[in-house]
Amino acid sequence: MKVLVAVKRVVDYNVKVRPKSDNTDVDLANVKMSINPFCEIAVEEAVRLKEKGIATEIVAVSVGPQQAQEQLRTALALGADRAILVNTDDVLEPLAIAKCLKAVCDSETPDIILLGKQAIDGDNNQTGQMLAALAGYGQATFASELTVDAGKATVTREVDGGLQTLALSLPAVVTADLRLNEPRYASLPNIMKAKKKPLDTSTPADLGVETAARVSLLGVELPAERQAGIMVEDVAQLMDKLKNEAKVIS
Amino acid sequence: MSILVVAEHDNSSLNVATLNSITAAQAIGGDIDVLVAGSACQDAATQAAQIAGVSKVLLADSADYANSLAENVAPLIAEIGSGYSHILATATTTAKNIMPRAAALMDVQAISDISAVVSADTFKRPIYAGNVIATVQSSDSIKILTVRGTAFDAASAEGGSASIEALTSTNNANVSEFVGEEVAVSDRPELTAAGIVISGGRGMGNGENFDMLYSVADKLGAAVGASRAAVDAGFVPNDMQVGQTGKIVAPDLYVAVGISGAIQHLAGMKDSKVIVAVNKDEEAPIFSVADYGLVADLFTALPEIDASL
Repeated sequence: MKVLVAVKRVVDYNVKVRPKSDNTDVDLANVKMSINPFCEIAVEEAVRLKEKGIATEIVAVSVGPQQAQEQLRTALALGADRAILVNTDDVLEPLAIAKCLKAVCDSETPDIILLGKQAIDGDNNQTGQMLAALAGYGQATFASELTVDAGKATVTREVDGGLQTLALSLPAVVTADLRLNEPRYASLPNIMKAKKKPLDTSTPADLGVETAARVSLLGVELPAERQAGIMVEDVAQLMDKLKNEAKVIS
Repeated sequence: MSILVVAEHDNSSLNVATLNSITAAQAIGGDIDVLVAGSACQDAATQAAQIAGVSKVLLADSADYANSLAENVAPLIAEIGSGYSHILATATTTAKNIMPRAAALMDVQAISDISAVVSADTFKRPIYAGNVIATVQSSDSIKILTVRGTAFDAASAEGGSASIEALTSTNNANVSEFVGEEVAVSDRPELTAAGIVISGGRGMGNGENFDMLYSVADKLGAAVGASRAAVDAGFVPNDMQVGQTGKIVAPDLYVAVGISGAIQHLAGMKDSKVIVAVNKDEEAPIFSVADYGLVADLFTALPEIDASL
């Protein structure tokens, strides 16, 4: 069984992103870039499927700039067998990325496609669902548990009210939530080995995908700052303030 | 312009989160129709017809729509959605699951989690975990939007008298199947709809100590939430998590107990009207967003708060 896992190069989650001085976009000059944390969880899940003897091959794919090779090498170091970079310098929207991934699925014919539930830059939470729609596959978003057996994927999903379990026919798209697993660290020998694993490059045009943006960014701003409040001495003063000043409890 | 709001419901009753999308639709302006897709969901449709400002309710009642499977509901939205200028749904886990799928079927780049309507094609939305607000303009002929519930007031659930039109279309993609669910049963209000939320963090120490929060919450009529740290530590289930990757809340009063205030958590609650923080570490970042901060051991403070109510 072949597993395709998509990874995105994003600003490292420890970086506090700020707008550029002209507020046209966020300032990404010289900030640390990493594999999107949810994508890393998806890679880990793929590796675990292989360790369980369910997956036989893991193909990591990224749609992005040349530098996204670094994130693909990370995926290879974690256990992916080979990688595909769909190279573009444009910042693609989820729909365009999903179309690229669909084209990769058409040639790779994976049984399971794993993605992160969202990327921590755009916070769109769309790509997996869109890929599933374009391919006509079943989808399980917000996955916290995945089992694959007898041609079906059984997925527990974290939904607002609690947990929901779905059974999907394969091929299927699964997007990883936080509690699906805890990704391992790549060992130094695996990082060295990853450098020799195959990494193929294509472009959206090679795949026949039109990627023009539908949504334009008019500007960015910082959210309204909260005014710092006051410190109270004790519970009695706190309760007094809540009742008589803020009037939020009676 | 005509706007379709996709209702969230459990077949028997309408989820109040739907009302926030109605308000967002009113900010865009135009006739508002509501789609209720479910199984034996006539009651939810009746409630939708009573929402103030709704012109028409489209009722798609079929076993195929019973559990809101994206594979079945998205084609329905795509089928009827072509007649609308905008399609909206409040950004619950159900809508986040379905709406992008419908958008891809319609070849539309959806816009997630809008926090403000600037004009009919321009919207604001938080990016980078809410650290930045982006203003974006869509050039798609149909705009598909999910709406951040806390950013829009709830429309009145009563006062409307929309007609209900039954749809006959059914869709069964036969690629997914509902197996079951574990829904937390609680007498307390729902986190995202509660007027008061009291949340515990890693400082609570264990799940049993959350009983102290439940006791205070019950006296206040509050919902109980938790930080990601408390959920990851296994103190409480994931559906209690408040934060960027959990639930976004904006109650009148938010009480953070033993929560340090990671950016992740702040992104989920900083739009609350009044924020109280109780933490023994006076350097905790939560105090920078709190209206009232109390530096205290929560194991002393919580019983005192409880006793004072």
